[in-house]
Amino acid sequence: MSAYTEQKLTRDEMAQLVAADIPAGAFVNLGIGQPTNVSNFLTAEQGVTLHTENGMLGMGPVAVGDQVDEDLINAGKIPVTELPGASFFHHADSFAMMRGGHLDVCVLGAFQVSAAGDLANWHTGAEGAIPAVGGAMDLAIGAKQTWVMMSLFTKGGESKLVETLSYPVTGLGCVSRIYTEVAVFELRDAKVYVRSTHGISFADLAAKVPVELTEVK
Amino acid sequence: MAPRIAASAAQAVANITDGSTVLIGGFGNAGQPMELIDALLEGGASDLTVVNNNAGQADAGLALLIKERRVAKIICSFPRQSDSWHFDEAYRAGEIELELVPQGNLAERIRAAGAGIGGFFTPTGYGTLLAEGKETRIIDGRGYVLESPIHADFALIKALRADAHGNLVYRKTARNFGPIMATAAKQAIVQVDDIVPVGSIDPENVITPGIYVNTLVALGGAQ
Repeated sequence: MSAYTEQKLTRDEMAQLVAADIPAGAFVNLGIGQPTNVSNFLTAEQGVTLHTENGMLGMGPVAVGDQVDEDLINAGKIPVTELPGASFFHHADSFAMMRGGHLDVCVLGAFQVSAAGDLANWHTGAEGAIPAVGGAMDLAIGAKQTWVMMSLFTKGGESKLVETLSYPVTGLGCVSRIYTEVAVFELRDAKVYVRSTHGISFADLAAKVPVELTEVK
Repeated sequence: MAPRIAASAAQAVANITDGSTVLIGGFGNAGQPMELIDALLEGGASDLTVVNNNAGQADAGLALLIKERRVAKIICSFPRQSDSWHFDEAYRAGEIELELVPQGNLAERIRAAGAGIGGFFTPTGYGTLLAEGKETRIIDGRGYVLESPIHADFALIKALRADAHGNLVYRKTARNFGPIMATAAKQAIVQVDDIVPVGSIDPENVITPGIYVNTLVALGGAQ
């Protein structure tokens, strides 16, 4: 039996779960949006170092008041702080660090993830939309592990965990874990394992998601 | 040769002509050489190809160059933002060409140009729309895309401080593209808060060695 809770996870609970799964001492990149919230639940004892793509390791919390410095921002261009032991480096080094597999975990949002771990999160492909990619493709394939945080269903009720992506690809076969409000999935050995369910039974989940699911025993 | 010290931002960018390819530093507003861009706008050069991470924010810097239709083509990773209205309008009107490049590939293509590399295979973008039409290769079971260097005529860069030899130090995350852009242009034009005497920057702290810097202009601190 996979773990089960009565209630769906709130956004904070999802972030808390992700934070708890990050190994002690890890170097981590948190994507813009929901993943950024994970930093609020990392503990000092974990000793996690945050990377920001615009050239910094040891990023601290969002800057407030007098701390705001326009030369010290995160990937979302929000003013942040630096922690003791922080370092700065140029863009090619920052992405070499990422692409070279030096970051342990990267947490990203997604439009869709396929059963094979293909990720779509950069472009809806909609007519007239102006495409923007930023660091999404580098992040997706660079870290040792790429985890996704997303709601499992669209507003229309369709599963965002799919057999084949219908949105444009960000990276192929890169996602190893998906945190959603109703279940946590682990993608390995060409299978989609359900680690836990929240407010839904495994059987009901399996009926709503169009990929074959395996319960973690 | 020691860099030329320009008396003003206008003088620093005076050699930039129509049709030039210009690397512009900055990630958002951090490290964006606003005064050099303003001078370029004043100077009137047009039909430019601009390389930057973004495509301008609000009503300042690069956004105004685009508004005035001086930019024929932009090579960037993230053009669309809540305040990129001048780019959005030019793009929708078909009045600017966009080459969209994943951010790490953009940085590496600039780095490659400065380092004399003719091209490189990167896993970033493999299997995506942004790799369409490009040569690919499977190396040790993993897919890679061939990317080419981005050479430029000019780079406009903001650093914190220079010495008279052109050695540069930057400030915090405003460093971003500056060091690689300085290497990839025929002429690197750098705005700094101040130019200090040779010997006053600890060689251990130099981020961009002066060999890459052609023109300096001191604009005083923002504070």
